[in-house]
Amino acid sequence: MAFALTSAFYGLPSKRASVCALSHLPSLVALIPFITAGDPDLTTTSKALKVLDSCGSDLIELGMPYSDPFLDGPVIQSACMRALAKGTNFDSVISMLREVVPELSCPIALFTYYNPILKRGVERFMTIIRDIGIHGSLVVPDVPLEETETLRSEASRHGIELVLLTTPTTPTERMKAIAEASEGFIYLVSSVGVTGARASVNPHVQSLLQDIRKATSKPVAVGFGISKPEHVQQIAEWGADGVIVGSAMVRLLGESTSPEEGLKELETFTKSLKAALP
Amino acid sequence: MATSISLRNPNVSLGSSLPSARFASPRSSNVTLRVPGEPMACPPPLANAGPSAAVETVSVGARPDRFGRFGRFGGKYVPETLMHALSELEIAFETLSKDQEFQRELDGILRDYVGRESPLYFAERLTEYYCRADGTGPHVYLKREDLNHTGAHKINNAVGQALLAKRLGKKRIIAETGAGQHGVATATVCARFGLECIIYMGAQDMERQALNVFRMRLLGAEVRAVHSGTKTLKDATSEAIRDWVTNVETTHYILGSVAGPHPYPMMVREFHTIIGKETRRQAAQKWGRAPDVLVACVGGGSNAMGLFSEFVNDKEVRLIGVEAAGHGIESGKHAATLTMGEVGVLHGAMSYLLQDDDGQIIEPHSISAGLDYPGVGPEHSYLKDIGRAEYYSVTDEEALDAFKQLSRLEGIIPALETSHALAYLEKLCPTLPDGTKVVLNCSGRGDKDVQTAIKHLQL
Repeated sequence: MAFALTSAFYGLPSKRASVCALSHLPSLVALIPFITAGDPDLTTTSKALKVLDSCGSDLIELGMPYSDPFLDGPVIQSACMRALAKGTNFDSVISMLREVVPELSCPIALFTYYNPILKRGVERFMTIIRDIGIHGSLVVPDVPLEETETLRSEASRHGIELVLLTTPTTPTERMKAIAEASEGFIYLVSSVGVTGARASVNPHVQSLLQDIRKATSKPVAVGFGISKPEHVQQIAEWGADGVIVGSAMVRLLGESTSPEEGLKELETFTKSLKAALP
Repeated sequence: MATSISLRNPNVSLGSSLPSARFASPRSSNVTLRVPGEPMACPPPLANAGPSAAVETVSVGARPDRFGRFGRFGGKYVPETLMHALSELEIAFETLSKDQEFQRELDGILRDYVGRESPLYFAERLTEYYCRADGTGPHVYLKREDLNHTGAHKINNAVGQALLAKRLGKKRIIAETGAGQHGVATATVCARFGLECIIYMGAQDMERQALNVFRMRLLGAEVRAVHSGTKTLKDATSEAIRDWVTNVETTHYILGSVAGPHPYPMMVREFHTIIGKETRRQAAQKWGRAPDVLVACVGGGSNAMGLFSEFVNDKEVRLIGVEAAGHGIESGKHAATLTMGEVGVLHGAMSYLLQDDDGQIIEPHSISAGLDYPGVGPEHSYLKDIGRAEYYSVTDEEALDAFKQLSRLEGIIPALETSHALAYLEKLCPTLPDGTKVVLNCSGRGDKDVQTAIKHLQL
């Protein structure tokens, strides 16, 4: 009842919990790498997806490069700029995915800001990504709960799960409404800030995970700032169902001396993270 | 909120403590204003001229509604991290708009520090210039926001938000700036109120508005160059948003225009609506009724909303916004968002914006940094869609001509942004019936633009 009231407050119809993608995965705690499509180039992205898959990633988040990524720190911003400068666009990313997705054993989640979705039209966007085999999740960081109605109904019509974010500044009642509305899993942003590696994990994450647990049994994945095996281990110990690692991966791929070098480093790094997880 | 929030309680009569009453001059307006020795080309403006038309109200829907929407535009398309801060801001603004103490403090600063009310000035020689061969023509008035402290309208909003920030207990202020005018206004109020101030400015903009960069630093602000993206206003805005996402608990973001997520478009409009309210009073004093046509330049849209908002429900009043056509709208190098843009989401609001086929935000172009924004305030998008306001654009060349023209005809050097509105008079005035009262928002002065002008004008 409380959830229905809360959802109504935010102008949304109340929903029953949907099937959660993470709970179907073999690992106890899912490893979820994030990389930006097209950095250093789409061929490397395609190879990187295979590398990440072979290292035991449970889900891979692929970021669509965008001109104004205002939730991203310098590493992902630079990756976006490089990818766009190379001419990466939605169509080229989709073509690349069409080729590589059938060869992957782990699902892909797409991460994109809202404007590129709107450009195509929400319905058309969902159709396109479903047709290339993106049955996983969609993360759209600049669409908060109140604005998600169109996205959620189109996503659900196409069998795509819209993952919502909750953060340390989200009041508890709102967090509960987000938890109820989120599909696939709940993305817990670990810190008050933009993406980018941090020296240590915000200790607040532990209590935030507990609060979310009280509100829902849906899986929770923690992201932002996580860049070392120790971080991943800590977050797993605190009870997260998944760990998302972005900037650390993006930096390896985008800033290495060559794409081949970048892929090797990515493999080593991913294996070290996987080893730190139960 | 179904009705727009007014900072002035309409039930409080404008007493003698307010600037308008103190400085109103009710002397006869039958004084002939003409250059000695020259024949009178057009009749001077007379008070109470023209029929006092009954004002009809037009229902234009909630501006904005509970979710911050103006029709389909507006909203709050921001990361979740900012949502609580936006709610807090909205509640604080709503509370303070009814707080007499806050209003008195704000009025006092606007009067004694900013120098309000700004005059409504009859531009005699500009009017003569547009006078036709048969002696008919419109009467052009300039609302002198250029005379405000810091030289533009931007200070109205900066002062209001700084006071709001203080009430919220925030000691750190951030802002984005394009031309530097909003940055200067923000740095000014931060100096006045003792707040830490960080201004984000595109590296490219810092070069073309070096004087304003110096001013901001002199006023004690830290100016941070933004090197990402196109290094202009949109990138500075993105960087300011990143800072706010990171420091939201200690920091207030003084957004400089009627863009961004709710409550900003509404709040910034309300802080600027004093422009329109004064204009109504001054027009009534000078010629006995509301203006017929309002003209203002549109970048993000704050000076235009400040002038228009008061008159949106007066069906008789034409609202005209003028954007930057840069090298021409066919050239692809312009900032004519409402003319050439498509609806999308940028910096938190659904609105018209300039984007490419892939949905990436493109770099606009205008000779004036303040109009060089690929988005536009959602309320303008709404007014355009419902046909309540009209939007046109003028090129860099036309703006430069107008820049020179006002300087020569009235001895007022306008900002290049304002020059766009002035340039549109060339197309507008020939179409207007005799005696039409045109009020153009002279949104800023052009001292900051002389370095740019020197490169383009042969004098």
